[in-house]
Amino acid sequence: MQVGLMHYLVLSALLFCTGLYGVVTRRNAVAILMGIELMLNAANINLVAFNRYVTPTAVGGQVFALVIITLAACEAAVGLALVLAAYRSLETTQVDEINIMKW
Amino acid sequence: MGELGVFIILALVTLIPAVVVVTSHNIVRAALSLVPSFLGVTGLYILLQAEFVAGIQVLIYVGAITVLLLFVIMLTEGGTGVRLRQVNEQVPLGAMAAVWLAFVIIVILTRTVWPIGAGSPPPYNAVAIGNAFMTDYVLIFEATSLVLLVSLIGAIVTARGEE
Repeated sequence: MQVGLMHYLVLSALLFCTGLYGVVTRRNAVAILMGIELMLNAANINLVAFNRYVTPTAVGGQVFALVIITLAACEAAVGLALVLAAYRSLETTQVDEINIMKW
Repeated sequence: MGELGVFIILALVTLIPAVVVVTSHNIVRAALSLVPSFLGVTGLYILLQAEFVAGIQVLIYVGAITVLLLFVIMLTEGGTGVRLRQVNEQVPLGAMAAVWLAFVIIVILTRTVWPIGAGSPPPYNAVAIGNAFMTDYVLIFEATSLVLLVSLIGAIVTARGEE
């Protein structure tokens, strides 16, 4: 049986929902960012799979995936800087303890 | 048959550590489980004949983002908070929502007829992507560079703290 487009789409859907579960249930802010990275990877798998199976002669999907990898790195850097700054003043990284606007 | 076997192995290498990432009570183990998950995704890219994207995935995801996550775990109290409760009270609702969303997405994707294109990928993947970035997608390239610069400055200023 050949590996078709459907295999990659199902895999990326499962990976996306795993990341979504991590974002919704975890208390640590860094763990939430890990879930976000899993979701971005799932979207990247989708893009590259569509590029390979729907338009194999073009590279648009891979260009899009590269841009998403770059932006994921930027967003992880800024998000983790925010976590560090919040930890410095609030002394916690558990997001359900950060529930008032002014310390 | 060989390709399907490789795909199954890579899918398991991607999904099982991903489940460990979102359910582990040890935050360092969760961060380290990202590494096999990202390497599985790298293998999937190579199977999809996107070698340049696979190389960039290893460099940036495994090499930079995972290390950055581990550094932030070290600098905050997460490493010592193993005995803290790591999941909040939304676990049953979150699990239901994730399973339902996976079911809906898979049903929609398998019932759609995708126009499978003919042809083969270009022989040198990096050359094709380089040409695309310099001709068709040069605006995206420049804008992404600008976003990188701004986010670098922003991250440094945000994490620097009071002077």
